[in-house]
Order: sequence, then structure tokens, then C-alpha cells
Amino acid sequence: MRAQPVLEVRGIRKEFPGVVALDGVDFRLFPGEVHALMGENGAGKSTLIKVLTGVYESDGGEVSLAGQTVRIGGPLEAQQAGISTVYQEVNLCPNLSVAENIFIGREPRRFGLIHWAELRRRAAASVAALDLDIDVTAPLNSHSIAVQQLVAIVRAVDVQAKVLILDEPTSSLDRDEVRQLFTVLRRLRDQGVAILFVSHFLDQIYEICDRLTILRGGRQEGEYLTSELNQTQLVAQMIGGELTGLAELADATRTEPTGTSFLRAEGLGRRGAVEPYDLAIRPGEVVGLAGLLGSGRTEAARLLFGADQSDQGTVKIDGAVTALRSPRSAIGHGIAFCSENRKTEGLVGELTVRENIVLALQAARGWTRPLSRAAQDELAIRWIRALDIRPNNPEALIRNLSGGNQQKVLLARWLITDPKLLILDEPTRGIDIGAKTQIQKLVAKLAGDGMSVLFISAELEEVLRLSHRVGVLRDHRLVAELRNDGTLTPERIMSTIASGATS
Amino acid sequence: MSTDTVLSTLTRRGRGQIPMLVTSVLLVVMFAAGSVSYDGFLSGQVLLNLLIDNAFLLVVAVGMTFVILTGGIDLSVGAMVALSTMISAWLVQLHGWPPLLVIPLVLAIGTGAGLAMGWVIHTFEIQPFIVTLAGMFLARGLCYTISIDSISITDPTYTSMAQTRIPLGELFISPSVLIAVLAVVAAFVVLHYSRFGRNVYALGGSEQSSVLMGLPVSRTKIGVYGVSGFCSALGGVLMTFYMLSGYGLHAVGLELDAIAAVVIGGTLLTGGTGYLLGTVLGVLVLGLIQTVISFQGTLSSWWTRIVIGALLFVFILLQRVLTSRRRT
Amino acid sequence: MKLVTGHRLFWPAVVLIALLLANLAFTPDFFAIRLRDGHLYGSLIDILHFGSPLILVALGMTLVIATGGIDLSVGSTVAIAAALACLHISESDDPGSVGTVLTAVAIALGVALLLGAANGVLVARIGVQPIIATLILMVAGRGVAQLITDGQIITVTSEPFKLIGGGYWLTVPFSILLAAAVVLFASMLTRRTALGLLLESVGGNPVASRLVGIRAAGLIGLVYVVSALCAALAGLMISSNVSAADGNNAGLWIELDAILAVVVGGTSLNGGRFSLGGTVLGALVIQTLSTTVYTIGIPPETTLVFKAVVVIAVCLVQSPVFRAKAARRKSGARHGNRPVASKKLEVGA
Repeated sequence: MRAQPVLEVRGIRKEFPGVVALDGVDFRLFPGEVHALMGENGAGKSTLIKVLTGVYESDGGEVSLAGQTVRIGGPLEAQQAGISTVYQEVNLCPNLSVAENIFIGREPRRFGLIHWAELRRRAAASVAALDLDIDVTAPLNSHSIAVQQLVAIVRAVDVQAKVLILDEPTSSLDRDEVRQLFTVLRRLRDQGVAILFVSHFLDQIYEICDRLTILRGGRQEGEYLTSELNQTQLVAQMIGGELTGLAELADATRTEPTGTSFLRAEGLGRRGAVEPYDLAIRPGEVVGLAGLLGSGRTEAARLLFGADQSDQGTVKIDGAVTALRSPRSAIGHGIAFCSENRKTEGLVGELTVRENIVLALQAARGWTRPLSRAAQDELAIRWIRALDIRPNNPEALIRNLSGGNQQKVLLARWLITDPKLLILDEPTRGIDIGAKTQIQKLVAKLAGDGMSVLFISAELEEVLRLSHRVGVLRDHRLVAELRNDGTLTPERIMSTIASGATS
Repeated sequence: MSTDTVLSTLTRRGRGQIPMLVTSVLLVVMFAAGSVSYDGFLSGQVLLNLLIDNAFLLVVAVGMTFVILTGGIDLSVGAMVALSTMISAWLVQLHGWPPLLVIPLVLAIGTGAGLAMGWVIHTFEIQPFIVTLAGMFLARGLCYTISIDSISITDPTYTSMAQTRIPLGELFISPSVLIAVLAVVAAFVVLHYSRFGRNVYALGGSEQSSVLMGLPVSRTKIGVYGVSGFCSALGGVLMTFYMLSGYGLHAVGLELDAIAAVVIGGTLLTGGTGYLLGTVLGVLVLGLIQTVISFQGTLSSWWTRIVIGALLFVFILLQRVLTSRRRT
Repeated sequence: MKLVTGHRLFWPAVVLIALLLANLAFTPDFFAIRLRDGHLYGSLIDILHFGSPLILVALGMTLVIATGGIDLSVGSTVAIAAALACLHISESDDPGSVGTVLTAVAIALGVALLLGAANGVLVARIGVQPIIATLILMVAGRGVAQLITDGQIITVTSEPFKLIGGGYWLTVPFSILLAAAVVLFASMLTRRTALGLLLESVGGNPVASRLVGIRAAGLIGLVYVVSALCAALAGLMISSNVSAADGNNAGLWIELDAILAVVVGGTSLNGGRFSLGGTVLGALVIQTLSTTVYTIGIPPETTLVFKAVVVIAVCLVQSPVFRAKAARRKSGARHGNRPVASKKLEVGA
């Protein structure tokens, strides 16, 4: 193959308190290739990128650029070393002009003053060099996100980048915009730039990437030519082969509940988040949502809770069309939602376990109808016991609890409101195996008692064990709804994720 | 590009200037209304007096513009002005130091105090308003440790600065106006033609982006408070020329006037957008309000505050409308 | 031991006690309280008496700060309330009657309610940053107060009005009783209803609060109204104590003292957990500080310098960055290498 990788990473290790995010990862990037970095949540993609851009300092291993071992101390050093990064959220200044965004920090000067004419001329030239037609004098925020993304690339390339890292650049772009972006990427690749591309869209990976490296659980799973690995194999590698506990699945398959559905979504969608989808959930039914990270699982669920506004389609609750304008109105209809981001969207860290448990119920009652302290204590103690929350002290600050126990507190918060539909987004991610089993059992029991559950998880095994039906999402689209009738296997879900069609 | 997109680009681009445009119109209308209503209002000297009476406010507002452009706020400016008048009066009048030594010293103290506040804000990630509030307490308190009473200045350098009239044809300005205009020009060049100035805008646009683009964020952030400190001290020097005294109760509430001038001049309080010229217009509007009220005669001086408050209200709502539309 | 030092009121209490003891060193009979003509006198009573308006304003400020906001307009509200009440009484035919005074109080509180509601709408509905929204009233309010008094100092002679801030009731200055009653009422309002919990939730994590269905806009509006009402009461007290309304100076800088009291009382400016008890202690610390400076014989104006030092010290202690740095210095020798993760960049995969 090519003689020498422009960027090579050997045995990189990065630890955070309690977690090993990268465990001896190897990675190489050749000039003139587009290389995909693949992996699920927690695989270590972002950490690796942040090590490469100097945001994090690695705890072991080495990085070499063009054969020379380097130490990258920060974003500026990374840039100077020829590694430029374009993030998912456009990291430019929206208030400045396009030209300025390209050159800020290294503006051409004359007599010590910024030479504006020269700056604009050069910016126009840089933009033209990538065959783009962008008005460089207009403020950045007068352009669409796609164009802003392209400007970020122009800036990145213009600092003489040898390596260009693109972290989910396409997640909010439409089809034409992606095509425009890819045209630019191909042009850069042909000029010899090495491009590291991160995306959750499998089709895009296969369209643009020459090679891919798969990470799982902080380790490198393998490096392949894109042409040598089909999509099913890729998904299997990402999700992992340890599909143990298959024997249990037979017992777990239960008869599908009958009756009219509690909630029915018809053509529900939101531009840029999830394509219109249909979904119905009956009382006592667990519907699983499977799909890779970024496939639109969370986005689909948030529409059902009114956390985001849908811009098309309807939701029927008990047969009546209902507008879910806010979480509050969804809660009023008996819907509960445990977000996947426990810290930012769930916990109020400086409040106690008791206070966090009663929060949703209290919010529903309003501030003038307080739960008495006795009632709060009773509820807290009952649920701490029922869910085995530790420490069993209702007055402990919730931020001091472990992840699993925090998750149980959030579950308790919703269960005391006695919801008809419980939406769980990755309830078992990042928690220990004991708590995980407990939560899974709880979900099965709740459904047995007649509650509807929408269960979102990246772990197919878990989804299979609990769900009556499994909705499969891929590239922001609900591509299939599979019945868990005893014949459904993780492999079939995987191939559906990979191919985008029922197999 | 289709005509539609050209049009929308043009209007979007113009949006940043809308508040400034409104301010300019306001200024013209107020001046026209004043000229129609009152004899002697329509004269060049009335306009120049605006500058003479507000030279120190202009300088202070220039410094405030830097801080607000980064999304910060500096509540200490009024107190810094008072402290500067106090130190000047104390050293010149009571200790007989030469003004040529005292003035640079005062400027250095102001800059140093500003840099120190900026350092605390940046290093410990404490909200600017509380740090500069402490700075305000400290500076006012220090005034009183020097003297509780006003100290008048009789030094010839200061009195000549107060009385000199620089003729402009038949009209005249004071040396302070010259200094203030120089400060505005210098600040304009720094904001628009230096990397520091552009980093100020970038920082106000997005601090995280500025970090990731490798801009010197800490230097910029601390720097703007230094600039503001310098401008307050310079404003203090000009106020000393104007008042010929040092007093701990000078410039009470000046920080509010400076903030109001910046906002009325169209600078977004969230940072990132604004023009120095707007601030100049803002100061002129504030000055003109006072002039109109004094010409009117029957209106009392407190109307100034009320009108400024009302203008602030209108401009803050205007900013709100403009920014919320930009997001959709 | 840790239970005591770890309590949130521990440090404010320590500072207060230290200040009081410092006074004792200068004035040996500092703690003495005498009963004369059926009235209690003494330095401690004075501190409570003169501190009452500040306690009230700081109380309202605490609730605003708990939601992550700030109310700069309280000083202006103090002045407006004082001006309105005194104007009504001075223009009345019967300034000494209880009815007149009650009407005056009602007018002052009613207008304050409107002012607070205006702030609340700007912050909660229109989405203006609190510091900016309340700045408007801070600037315009003093002008309005002077407009009401026509730039004069309105003096009133009215026994019932005098009672509010300057009178005695059951041997104790009435203002102390009034402040105590409001403190009691506020703690009932926040802790006996769910208001406290919901405010702390909104201030502590606005996103999570939306997702559990808390109606934040209404709550935020409410705290600005409460803050304005507290300020109006303080305004009545201040003007009653001197039997006059001074649009220019009534409540001048009280917003700053109130913020200071809240911060000293241990409530973080970032919102979330708040402590009304801490705020009361904080307000007493500020008042005692003024008294101390006076007794020691330093010019009272220099109190500002001490306040500045206190603000910075308290803010530094509360700053997570400062704590982290201090902790690192302590344990740095042993542990050395620590993860370099900036707070703005999430730790994750």
C-alpha cells in the first residue's frame, strides 16, 4: 500500500475517573484517503478525536505525524501541526463575516493593521479553490448550516491541513447539501489531504469512505477497506458479537397484548430530526426502538413527549387526536419520559434523592398543592426500597449517587406519577450489571401490570428480551417494525439496521 | 444566487445596523424637534457643547463597548472615574505632584485595576457583574479613605485645561473633546483593524468557538477589562478637567449611563454585535436629552432618567425581536 | 463535628459572631440591652432595627437568585414605594388616620406589584436576561420616584405611618417584628408549599425542570413580584423611620447590599439551592459590618472597601474553579497528574 501514514496512533490510552475511555487504540491515516471512524456510544470515538486535537491529554501511547512523534498540547498546536477539525456544531463565530471566520487569528496585515481588502481577496480565492460559491463578505449566520459547515472546512483546509477531522458534519444537512459537502471532500482527498470522517449514516460511509476503523468499548476492533466489509458485518462489529443469554429469550417472548392502542403516531416527524413515522403502542405492550447511535431513536421519542415540536403528522391518544405542545401536556396525558442524558436532562444535582423523586408529581400538582413532608418521605422510602436504591438515605444529594442508582431515582420519579406510557431512553447505559438486570425486570413487570413502555436501547439483546415489537431506525427513518414472535434474533435486527429493509 | 436570496442576504446583513439606524434617526428627529421648538437650539455650538459636556461619558462608554462586545459588563466604571478624580486631586493639590506624572499614574492604576478584575473573572469563572461590583465598592471606598470631602484643584495645568477653548471657525471645543475624539478614533482602529479587536468580536460571538479556533481567549478577555479600566481612568482625568475637583461622589450612576449609551448605540448585550460609532451616537442621544430638557425649562432634570429608561426598554425589546428572528 | 461545620449556615454564622465579638472588644457594653420607657435599646436592637429593610429586600432577592436571575431594580422600587406612600399621606386631609396610612401602604404595594410583574414578564415571557431587564427599572425608577415627589423631600407627620419603621410595639421596634413576620411568611411560602422545591429545580437545572413539566415562566414571574413587594415594604420602613421620602437617596445601593447579603448567606449566584436563613444572617453581617466600622471610628463611607473584600472572598470560596485549584494545591504533591478536562468540553465517548 501507500508508503507512510500521515498520522499514526499507537497504543493510545485515556482514562477518566472510573472509566477507561481508550484502551490501547491503534489508528492510522494515509494521505489522500477518506477514513471512517465507527463505533457506538462509549466506543471512544470522541475521546480519540479530542486526543488528536489536543483537547485531552492522553495517558499513554503515542501520536506521530509523518513519522515524527508529536505531543499535541491544545487546539492551536494541533492546527499548527496540520490537524484541523470541523465539529458537528459549527465552531465558528456566527457574528463575523465568512472571510473573517476563515482568517481570524491569522489575518493578513499591513503596517500592523488588518488588510481587509487582501483578507477578502484571499478568502474569496480559498472559497473558489474548492469550487464553492459563497459570498465571503456576508456574516456567517446569514448562510445556511450547510454553508457554514463548508466555511468551517475552508478554514480548516486553509491552515495548510494535512489531516482534516470531520466529526459528524452531516447530521443536520439535507441530501443536496451532503452531496455538495462530499464533492468538496473528494476534491480535497484528490489533493492529498487525509480525511477522518465520523458519521452515523451508514450509506454516507459507504459512499465516501475508502477505509474504516471500528472502535468498541475503548478498543480497536479492526481496520478494513470499505469494499471488503459489508454493512451487516460492520454493524455486527460495532455492536459486538457477545450475544449471550440467547437461551433466555425464548422464555421472555410473551404473547402480544391485544386491544386498542393507547398511543398512535401517524406520519409524525420533524425536519432534520426524524422522518415521518407511524407507531402504535397498546396498554401492557413493550415496544423497543433499535438503531445505531444517531439513527433518530431519541428524536422519535422526544416527539411523543412534546419535548420537541413535530412539524408534521398527528398523535392520537386513546383514539383522540392530541396536540403534545410541551412535556407538561404530555405528562397530563399520562406520558413519562426518562432522558438518556441523566445529568443534563434528568437530575437536579443539588437536590436530594427524595426531592428528585417527588419532582414530577409535585410539578403536576403545582406549587400551591404541596405533598406533605410525611407523604414525600413515605414515597421516597417506599421507592428506595422497591428499586433497591443505594444508599437508602432519602436525604442524600443525588449527584453523589452512582449512575445506576441515579437512573433508578429517575424511574421512581416517573413511576409515582402512575403513567400510562413510559418512554425509557437508554435506561441501562453506563450502569452496573446488577442495576441493569433490576431495571429490565422492572420494565417487564410494569408492562405485565398494563403499562405501555417504549424502550430505547443500543443493546439489541436487551431490546429483544423485553419487547413485544421492535421498531428499527436507520438514518433518521423508521425502516421496519419487527414482531418478536420467537424467531426474531439480534442478527435479523442487525441486518435490518444494516440493509434498511426487513429481511 | 437568485434575487430572493440576494434580498434576504442584504436585509439580514443590515439587521445588525438597524438599532444604529434607529438611533441616528432618533438623533436627527430630536435635534430637528429641538430646533423648531426652542430659539437658539439650532446652532453648531449647541452640538459641540454636547461633546464638551459629555467628553468623559464618551470615553467611558468606549471602554464599556469593548467589554459588552465580549458579552461581559463592567459596573466599576463610575467608581473608577471618581477614584481617578480623587487620586488626581489628592496628589496634585495636597502633595504638589506634577500633573504630567500624576496623569500617567492614574491611567496606569485604572488599567491595572481593570486587568486585575478581568483576571479574576477569567481565571475563576466568576460572573463579571459581581466582580466589577466588588471593584465598584472598592474604588468608591478607596475614594473615601483619601478624603470624605471634595478636594478642589487650583493647579494651573488643570485650570487651563478646563478653560482653554480650541476655536473651530466661530465655534469652539475644549481640549477634553479633542482627547475624547482621539480615544474614539484609536478605539475604532483597534476594534476594526487589529487582531485584538477582531478577537473581541469573536469572543462575543462564541467563546467555545474562539477556543477551538485557537484564538487567545484569556488574553482578550482580560484585555477588554484592561481597556475599560484605562478608559474609566481617562474619563476620570477628563472629569477632573471638567469639575476641577476630586470627589468620591463624582460620577455616581455613570456606569448606567455608559451601559445605556452602548445599548442605545445598538451593541447587543449578549455580545458579538455592535459598532463604536453606535456608542458615539448613543452618547449624543443621552446628551441631547439633557439639552432638550434644559432648553425646555419647565421639565425637571429627573425626566432625563425616565427617558433614558424608556429608550433602554425600547432598544432592549428591539434587540430581542431582532435576535429571536435571526434564530428561526 | 463535620455535621456542624458542614451545615450551610455555619460560615455565615461564624462571620456574624466574629463581627459581634470584635465589637465587644471596642465597646464593652455592646451586648447590653436596656429597657427604657417601655422600649428596648441597645446596639443589638439597633442592628436588627436598621437591618430590617435590608433583610426584606435580600429575602426577595434570594428567591430571584434561586431561579438563576437577579433583580437590580429593588432600590428604585424602594424609592417609588416610599414616594407614593408619603405623597398620599401628605396630601390627605387626615394624615394621622389609620385609614389614610393603610391606603398609602396599599398604593405602594399595588404599584410595586405592577413593577415586579413588568420585570417578570420581561424575563420569563420575553426572555430578556434578568440583569438587563431589571436594569431598565433601575435606571428609570429613580427618575419616576423624583417625579412623584417633584424632586422634593416629602415630609409627613403621621403617627400610624411612623409606627412602620420608627415605632415600637410590645417594647420592640415594630420594623423588627414586621421583618420577622415577613421572614416567617416567606419561609412558610417556600417550605410549606412546594414553591421552594420547584424554584430550586428551575434554578438548578432548567432543562430537566421543563422535562418534568414545571411551569417555569409563572414561577419566575412570581419571584420578581415577591421581590418588588419586599422592596416596597422596605421602602415604607425606610421612609417611615425618617418620616420622609427622598426620591434620590431612599434605598440607594440597597440592591448591591441585598445581593451581597444573599451571597454571604451561602446562596450561589448561579441559582438552585437557596437559604432564607442564610440570607437573614448575611443581611445582619452587612448591617453589623456598617455598625462595626462606625464604632471603630473609621469613616463610615469606607465600609465599601470591606464589603468589596467580603464579596470577592465569598465569591472565590464559592467558585468551583477556585476550590479545584485549592484542592489540587493541597493534594497535588501526592497525586500529581490529573485529567485535563475543561468544564465546557464534556467528558464522554
